[in-house]
Amino acid sequence: MDTTVALIVNGQRHTLTTDPERPLLQVLREDLKLTGTKLGCGEGQCGACTVLIAGQRNHSCILPVKDAAGKAITTIEGLSTGDRLHPVQEAFVEEGAMQCGYCTSGMILSTVALLNEKPQPTDAEVRSWMNGHLCRCCGYPRILKAVQRAAAQTRR
Amino acid sequence: MALQTEETADSIEFDSAMNRRRFVQVLGAGLIIAVGCGPVLGQDRGGRSGGRGGGTGTVSTRLHIGNDGVITVLTGKIEMGQGARTELAQAAAEELRVPIARVQMVMGDTGLVPDDGLTAGSRTTPSTVPAVRRGAAAARMLLVELAARKWSVEPGTLEVSGGKITHAASRRTLTYADLAKSGEAAVVLRQRIPDDVSLTSVDQWRVMGMPISRVNRRDLVTGAHQYPSDYTRPGMLYGKVLRPPSYNARLLSVDLAPAKAMSGVVALRDGPFVGVAALTTLLAERALKAVTETAQWEIGSHPSSQELVGHLRNGVQGGVPRSRFAEELAQAAKKLLAVYQVAYVQHAPLETRTALAEWSDGRLTVWTGTQNPFGYHGELTRTFRLANENVRVIVPDFGGSFGGKHTGEVAIEAARLAQAAGKPVLVHWTREEEFIWAYFRPAAVIDIEASLDAQGRLTSWHFININSGAAAVNTPYRAGKTECRTVSSDAPLRQGSYRTLAATANHFARESFMDELAAATGADPLDFRLTHLDNPRLRAVVEEAAKRFNWRERVKQKQPGTGVGLACGTEKGSYVAACVEIAVNTAQDAITVQRVTEVFECGAVVNPDNLVAQVQGCIIMGLGPALREEMRFAGGKMGNAAFSRYLVPCFADVPQLDIHLLNRPDLPSAGGGETPIVAIAPAIANAVFHATGKRIREMPIRLRASQEA
Repeated sequence: MDTTVALIVNGQRHTLTTDPERPLLQVLREDLKLTGTKLGCGEGQCGACTVLIAGQRNHSCILPVKDAAGKAITTIEGLSTGDRLHPVQEAFVEEGAMQCGYCTSGMILSTVALLNEKPQPTDAEVRSWMNGHLCRCCGYPRILKAVQRAAAQTRR
Repeated sequence: MALQTEETADSIEFDSAMNRRRFVQVLGAGLIIAVGCGPVLGQDRGGRSGGRGGGTGTVSTRLHIGNDGVITVLTGKIEMGQGARTELAQAAAEELRVPIARVQMVMGDTGLVPDDGLTAGSRTTPSTVPAVRRGAAAARMLLVELAARKWSVEPGTLEVSGGKITHAASRRTLTYADLAKSGEAAVVLRQRIPDDVSLTSVDQWRVMGMPISRVNRRDLVTGAHQYPSDYTRPGMLYGKVLRPPSYNARLLSVDLAPAKAMSGVVALRDGPFVGVAALTTLLAERALKAVTETAQWEIGSHPSSQELVGHLRNGVQGGVPRSRFAEELAQAAKKLLAVYQVAYVQHAPLETRTALAEWSDGRLTVWTGTQNPFGYHGELTRTFRLANENVRVIVPDFGGSFGGKHTGEVAIEAARLAQAAGKPVLVHWTREEEFIWAYFRPAAVIDIEASLDAQGRLTSWHFININSGAAAVNTPYRAGKTECRTVSSDAPLRQGSYRTLAATANHFARESFMDELAAATGADPLDFRLTHLDNPRLRAVVEEAAKRFNWRERVKQKQPGTGVGLACGTEKGSYVAACVEIAVNTAQDAITVQRVTEVFECGAVVNPDNLVAQVQGCIIMGLGPALREEMRFAGGKMGNAAFSRYLVPCFADVPQLDIHLLNRPDLPSAGGGETPIVAIAPAIANAVFHATGKRIREMPIRLRASQEA
C-alpha cells in the first residue's frame, strides 16, 4: 500500500507517495531523477548504489525507502558546491581513478564516509573499507591512490 | 555454435509472428537521418561500409568545424571505459593542431556517425585512430589551401597552430572559426579524404603520446554523465521480460490476465517472448511475478558444468585429432602430453544490458550500451522490418563490456514492449539476468602433445583447442613440426567474445605446457623459452620482465609457501610478459598473488596514462578467471548467478604491481586493452608449480581441483 514518505535529499525536502518497501535506489532514480546513484547488483554486493544517510554509507538498492524517511540523504549530485568539486571528487579526477566510471559515484561516497570516520586511514584500512565496492574495469590501483590523496588533502 | 575465430557472439533466435512474416529489405544507403537536436551536420554516409574501422569518405563524414572553432569528430566507435573517447580526441587534436579541449567526440550514434566497425579486437588504435587522423589532417590541409587561395600565397608558406592559420610574412591570420563562420570551411570539407594525406610523424607529436586522462572525467565524478540506464523519455515505462526457469526450457502456456489486471501495467506475449512494462520498476517486477506464476514450461535436459570436459570432448564430430607427428614422437628423447581446461566465465560489466526504446511515426530510436552500434542497427531493422533510416541506435558512454555486449537482444526486448505500450520503454537487466542470459566466454578443453630432442629442443608441437577459439592458437615458439588448430563442439551455453577472446585459454595452456617441458628437460623456464623464441619483440618483453623481477635470483630461492612463475605471449600485434610471486596456503586451499611484474609493448604509445590503466585492469581482471571465476550449472540452472556467489576481483586481491611499457615510437601503434590479460593466469599456474611441485591444468587454478556444484 502506498504511503506518503518525506525524504531529505542533498538538503532538499521531497514528499512523495510510494510503496514504503520500494528500494531507496529506485525512488532516487525513477521519481527524483537522481541517476548518479547506480544499480549494479541489487543485493548490496557491489557498492554502486552507495549513498550517505546521516553521513553513514548505505546500499540504497536494498534499503526500503521508509527506512530513509526524514534522514539526511547525500547522493553524488549533492557533493559538489556549484562548480567546486568536493575534495574527494577532486582526488578521483587528479588520479584519473575511473575507467567506465559506473562504480565511481559509490566509490567517492564511500570514501567520504571513510574520511568522516577515519581522517587518516592506513593502506590496509582503506582496502578493507573499500573492499565491498566492485570495479569491473579493475581500476583499483588508481582508486586506492585517489582515496589516499583525498585523505592527505583532508589532513591539510 | 560458431567457433570464435574473430569477434563474435551467438545470436538468439527471435522466433515470433513478426519474424515469420516476409521480410522486405528497404535500402537506405545514402539517406540522411534528420537529427532533432544537436548540431546539424552536413554529411553523407560515405563511411558506412568501413566495417573494419577504416572509415573513408569525405572529410565532413568525419568531422565538423563549428563557428566557435570547436571540432566535432564523428566516429562509430564507442566508449565503455577503455579510453577511446580520449584517444580519438587526441588523434584529431594532433592533426588539426588544436588543444584537445577544442575537440568534442560524437560516438556510436548511427544517425550521425560513419560506421567504424565493432569497437573490438583492439582495433580502435590501429584502425580508427589513423582514420580520424587522416580526416583531421585532410581538414587541416584543405583549410590551409583555402587560406592560401584567399591570400594568393603558397600553402607551404603558411603555419598552423592553436587552430589559427598564419602567413608570417604578411602577418595575416585566419582561424578555423573564421572559415567556419564564412561558410567556406563546410564547402571545402565536402571533399574526399585523399588516400595519401600525410600524418604527423611520431617525433613531432604534441598531443598524441601524452598522458592525458579521461576528457569527460568531471562528469564521471559528479554523476552528471548519463549512462544508457540513466536515460529517460517523457511517459517512459520500465520493462521486464519473462525468462525461462532453466536452459532448454520451452514455454507451453502463460496467462497475462493477472498482470493486465494491475493498474498501469502493459503485458505482451509474442511467441516465446513475454514481457511487461509499468510506471515503476517495482510495479513491473510485481507484474512479472504475477505472469511467472502462471507460466508452464517444458524442460529439456542440459549438461552440468561438472560434465563439461567430457561433454565438449564427446561433442567433437569425428573425434579429437591426435598428433600426426608420429616420426618425431618415435624419435623423441622426451615427449609430453597434457590436457588443459578453462571454465565458462561471464563478463559481468557493472552496468548490465540496458536499452531505452522509443517509437515515433514508425521510427525507432534506441539508447543502449553496445560495442556494435551498426550491428545492433542491423538487428533492429531486420527484426522490425524497418528501413535503415528509420532506426537510430545511440550509444552513450556505458558501464563496461569486455567483449560482452555485441548483440542487441535487450534493445529488441525494449522495442517490442515500447511498441505494445505505445510509450518509450527502458529495459535494464538485473544482475541475475546478466549472469544467466548474456553470452559467456567459451569454456575450453585443450590437448597438447610435444616432442623434444636430446638437446631439449622441440621437434613437434600438436595443439588442439576444443570449443573456445582460434585467437593466439599458433605458437610463437620455434617448435619443429607444428599443428595448431581449433575444433568446434556442442557448446552447452551461449558463447561469444570476451577480452582477447580465446587468447587467454590458449596462452594458459601453451605457457603452462612450456613450463612443463622446461621442467621435463631440467631447464629454467626463462631459458627454455628464450631458446625457442626468435621474435625480437617478444624476446624484448620477456627479458625486460625477467630483469625487473630479478627472475634468475628469485627462481633459485625456494621459500616455503611461496613461488614464482613466468609467462609471455603475443596477440593483436602486441607483446606481453609477466612474472608473478604468489603465496600458497595448502591447508586453506588459498593462492594469493603478491606481486606482478608485467612488461607490455604495443608499438608507439598513444596515451601512456590510459595504457597503464588498461594493463592494470587486464592483470587484475585476469586474476578472476585465473583463481575463482567459473559458471557452475546443473539441470539447466546456473548455480552462482550473483556477485555474492561469483567472486570477481576486489580491492583485497590487488597485488603489488610493477608495470612497464616498452614504447616503440618506430613501430605502428597497436591496441592495448586486451593482450595484457593473457600472461597472468599461466604465470600463476607456473608459480603454483614452483611453490608446490603440483601442476594445475585447470582455470580457475585451485590447489584442490574439485568443483563444488
